Amino acid sequence: MATDLHQARWKKGAWYAGLGALALLVLFPVYMTIVRALSQPRAYVQAGQPPWPVHPEWDVFTRAFTDGDLGRKFLVSAVVTVCIVGGQLITATLAAYAFTFLQFPFRRLLFFVFMATLMLPIEVTLIPNVQTIRSLGWLNSYPGLITPFLATAFGTFLLRQGFRGIPRDLLDASQLDGFGHLAFLRRVAIPVTRPVVASFGVIAFLTAWNQYTWPRAVVTEGRWETIQIGLRTVATQTIDRNNVGFAAALLAALPILLLLIFLQRQLVRGLTTGAVKG
Amino acid sequence: MTRRAREALLGYALLVPSAIVFAWFFFYPLYRLFVMGLHQQNRTGTAERWVGWSHFGDVLGGEQFREGVRITGTYVLYTVPLGLVLGVLLAVAANRRLKGIKVFQMIFSSTIASSVAVASVIFVVLLNPQIGYFASVKMFSLSDPDTALRGVALSSVWQNLGLTFVIVLAGLQAVPDEVDEAATLDGYGPVRRFFRVTLPLISPTLMFLAVVLVIFALQAFAQADILTQGGPLGSTETLVWKIFNSQQPVDQGTGAVMAIGLFGITLVVSLAQFLILDRRVHYGN
Repeated sequence: MATDLHQARWKKGAWYAGLGALALLVLFPVYMTIVRALSQPRAYVQAGQPPWPVHPEWDVFTRAFTDGDLGRKFLVSAVVTVCIVGGQLITATLAAYAFTFLQFPFRRLLFFVFMATLMLPIEVTLIPNVQTIRSLGWLNSYPGLITPFLATAFGTFLLRQGFRGIPRDLLDASQLDGFGHLAFLRRVAIPVTRPVVASFGVIAFLTAWNQYTWPRAVVTEGRWETIQIGLRTVATQTIDRNNVGFAAALLAALPILLLLIFLQRQLVRGLTTGAVKG
Repeated sequence: MTRRAREALLGYALLVPSAIVFAWFFFYPLYRLFVMGLHQQNRTGTAERWVGWSHFGDVLGGEQFREGVRITGTYVLYTVPLGLVLGVLLAVAANRRLKGIKVFQMIFSSTIASSVAVASVIFVVLLNPQIGYFASVKMFSLSDPDTALRGVALSSVWQNLGLTFVIVLAGLQAVPDEVDEAATLDGYGPVRRFFRVTLPLISPTLMFLAVVLVIFALQAFAQADILTQGGPLGSTETLVWKIFNSQQPVDQGTGAVMAIGLFGITLVVSLAQFLILDRRVHYGN
């Protein structure tokens, strides 16, 4: 009995050791980036690039805003993200409602056409889409960064799944009470499916905030760079000031990190949709 | 107007906002890709001439596209299996009722917060040939054309760890405890239990994840743009990198056909995903 207990304890310790090693593996790249961001660049290289900060400069994170114009990039990213998330929530909710609660000719065909856009990532349609944006005079502008993402097949699908869980009787009852479809959508359908809406909103935020290829294609002036595009210059910066760039990268991940900490349930549910049933 | 007609009208009205965006930025550009592929433009884009369908054969069979497919395919091989194995390892390790396990789960999922661009900058710190912490490690050196793609792939593997972990963990948690207990009573050891019982049960999740990771890899661009700028010697020019850099009028026709090629590949992978999901919806759980 005593040896069993001893063995169990030893096993548990080994398990923690394994977990610790894996945590180190995951965190080491971030840790090294923090080290580099904090270190005085010249001194760090002269010290032989050790795995700890050299002459730490704690003001590097504020300098990212003053030297690196991070404030403007954050603003552009924030405006773009908020508009895309808001726009997608509206268009996807309306479309999902139509596909769930309304009868009309070609409904199935139209749903199929909507879902077909899932197979057309922006990378495929990049060249003609950039041309469209250019001919509209929308390079380096909010409309250029936002418009192509104002509709979403993924969101429509997700919300439709949510709406389908609402009993049909509820709609009939509300219509007997004299409510129209839009009132039912606003007062019943959306409140009832709030968890689905929240999951989708969180995923839409993450995707919009993190996107790279499209803004890289339609932005040619520094003023219109999103935070993600701004990070590209880090790699080409001189060694003397690249610590500012590393600090900027850490700050760019902060909004999503907060999302992960405070809305973990919604985020995880959104990410695992389709992967695990139920 | 009858009630039915009004309902139909409302239905179409609700679809209009999405339909405009889809038509404008999804279907019209798809049509434009074909038009572009059938024409050759001059250097300034002021004149174009018909080159016809043979252009498709020329580009899709040409050196540039084949090179892009080879590099992207290699990228898939570098990122997907390793990513899956590490994801399963993390998820199995964290799927235990232990004190403080939530902290580890948080750490393991933390790379979700990192965008492709952020992950690439983080790997500048580790792999940049001049200042990288591991710059001298030959196996994934970014300055050697033979190994640069591995270095770039490593950044993707790390970036996707969080997502992979979260999805596999959800899969593991959906396996009922009784299954494991029954296997234990049958005398299965932990290793055999994992390979013979757990792994088959979460295989649909892993299939789904594999498809997601393949699609991510097919779209790889930012990693190469930030870490290597496609170099050295074009060894990290993924398909999307080549498409992105074919936007000049004179290259557009070629870029358009390569994009159609990428579309074809994406289509096949997505269809595989649909088949898997479809089967699961009908017979799963």
